Amino acid sequence: MRFMYIVTSSKPMAGPSPALAEAMQRISEREIKAGRMIDNGGLMPLSTGARVRIIDGELSVIDGPFIEAKEVVGGYAIFELHDKAEALAMAKEFMQLHLDHMPGWDGTCELRAFATPGVDIACEVDAKSGVAAHA
Amino acid sequence: MTAADIDQTIHAVWRVVQPRLIATLSRMLRDVPLAEELTQDALVAALEAWPSIGVPDNPGAWLMTTAKRRALDVLRRGRMLSDKHDMLTRDMLQEQEIVPDFDAALDDDIGDELLRLVFTACHPILSREARAALALRMICGLTTSEIARAYLVPDTTISQRIVRAKRTLSNSGLAYETPSGEALSERLASVLEVVYLIFNEGYLAARGEEWLRPQLCDEALRMGRVLAGLAPDEPEVHGLVALMDLNASRAHARTDANGDPILLMDQNRALWDWLQIRRGLLSLERARELDGAGGFYALQAAIAACHATAETAASTDWQRIAQLYAELARLVRSPVIELNRAVAVGMAWGPQAGLDVLDEIASAPALASYHHLPAVRGDLLQKLGRFKEARQAFETAAHLATNARERVLMERRAAGLSDVGGSA
Repeated sequence: MRFMYIVTSSKPMAGPSPALAEAMQRISEREIKAGRMIDNGGLMPLSTGARVRIIDGELSVIDGPFIEAKEVVGGYAIFELHDKAEALAMAKEFMQLHLDHMPGWDGTCELRAFATPGVDIACEVDAKSGVAAHA
Repeated sequence: MTAADIDQTIHAVWRVVQPRLIATLSRMLRDVPLAEELTQDALVAALEAWPSIGVPDNPGAWLMTTAKRRALDVLRRGRMLSDKHDMLTRDMLQEQEIVPDFDAALDDDIGDELLRLVFTACHPILSREARAALALRMICGLTTSEIARAYLVPDTTISQRIVRAKRTLSNSGLAYETPSGEALSERLASVLEVVYLIFNEGYLAARGEEWLRPQLCDEALRMGRVLAGLAPDEPEVHGLVALMDLNASRAHARTDANGDPILLMDQNRALWDWLQIRRGLLSLERARELDGAGGFYALQAAIAACHATAETAASTDWQRIAQLYAELARLVRSPVIELNRAVAVGMAWGPQAGLDVLDEIASAPALASYHHLPAVRGDLLQKLGRFKEARQAFETAAHLATNARERVLMERRAAGLSDVGGSA
């Protein structure tokens, strides 16, 4: 199963502490070598992004940074794993590194399974966030 | 956490850390079968302890420490033998007593060790089946019953296979080392063969109801990526990874809602996995950079890449595919490859050209009962308007087909031609 990991934080993103950066580098290398992590990347601050929205049938483009943003997406990774239990174990190990190496940091690592085209019916609209998923 | 949750967590962590456990213990003990046994003990210890003490913060390190303790016990007991690894043992004991650094235990660079483990599990003295079972167990961390489920055989079959394989390894007195020079490429070929066998077992579903058993494909792909990390300068490793990624990218387009197969040319290409195709093409590029474009796996990957990069079935570059098959045929003499070449030649330069290739292999003994030969012949004859001969060929193919679904398909094609006025 393929999983997307998205790391978000409600605090302004300072870069990771050197100890955390090193620990994450180690775990990334390990996971690439173990054939589990197949893609990953960090994301630049909100000022480098934009949003294209549809409101009342009109397209509008909003340049970042977004003042109302409560959570900043800091990075993502794509893993190939057996099941959700393994995906959870991986997320916990990753977040434990943050706990150990950057005390005081708050954040979330969200994981989502990829839909299988033609097999799973991807959620059309997530009721809570109102985000449409094109899968 | 419920007991079932804890059990699931343990097995999830286990799959992730187990190859590192075996590799680390193998380094300490110089004995892979024994290392494998002691890591199993660590799993049992976790299954016993975690339901009452709870899942540790760093479960991987817990397993590593437990496994290392078992190994150290074994070493301590064996010390009176004044083993040749005495020095190493003493160092390790000291190291363990001074700094029980859990992180370091997990982050040790065990790359070489893991490679040795792969070479041991896939040693040519073992049968192919035994190699595949050992690799799934020791490198992918699957349990015996998971392997049994994947192969649709009873648990006992797999556990006996593993026990026998480990005994063979223990009795062989094999040096625990990484082969080098000429031996390396020979041994690597044995490893790649096992990985490809596991992949094909899943992809072609030789037995059973399911057309595809994705778990085996996933394991083979993962093992391929591990190998690419361990032996990044070996072009054929990248060639194999490319071949597997490119083939697996079509997994979701290969069957219809009823589970019936959809042939490559008829597949909905929007259902192909484009992330996987991109990765496959990158691996193929890597193989080429290492001067491995002409390798057995790289050539097959290049053929798969021709399909993967064709936007529509009609825009497939059949001339290039025919050339690649010709190269492959020069590397490995096989009538099956020639048969595939005939198909590609027929698509590239017309049915008569394909038929000419086919005529050269028509009498190959290896193909005497191979139903694809008359099936391809029938298809080419039909395109030439030689319907009567085509029907005979399809009838022969139906007669030779071993799979019920294919027999029906061939009978249908033969019947479809009985209405057509024969021109020959």
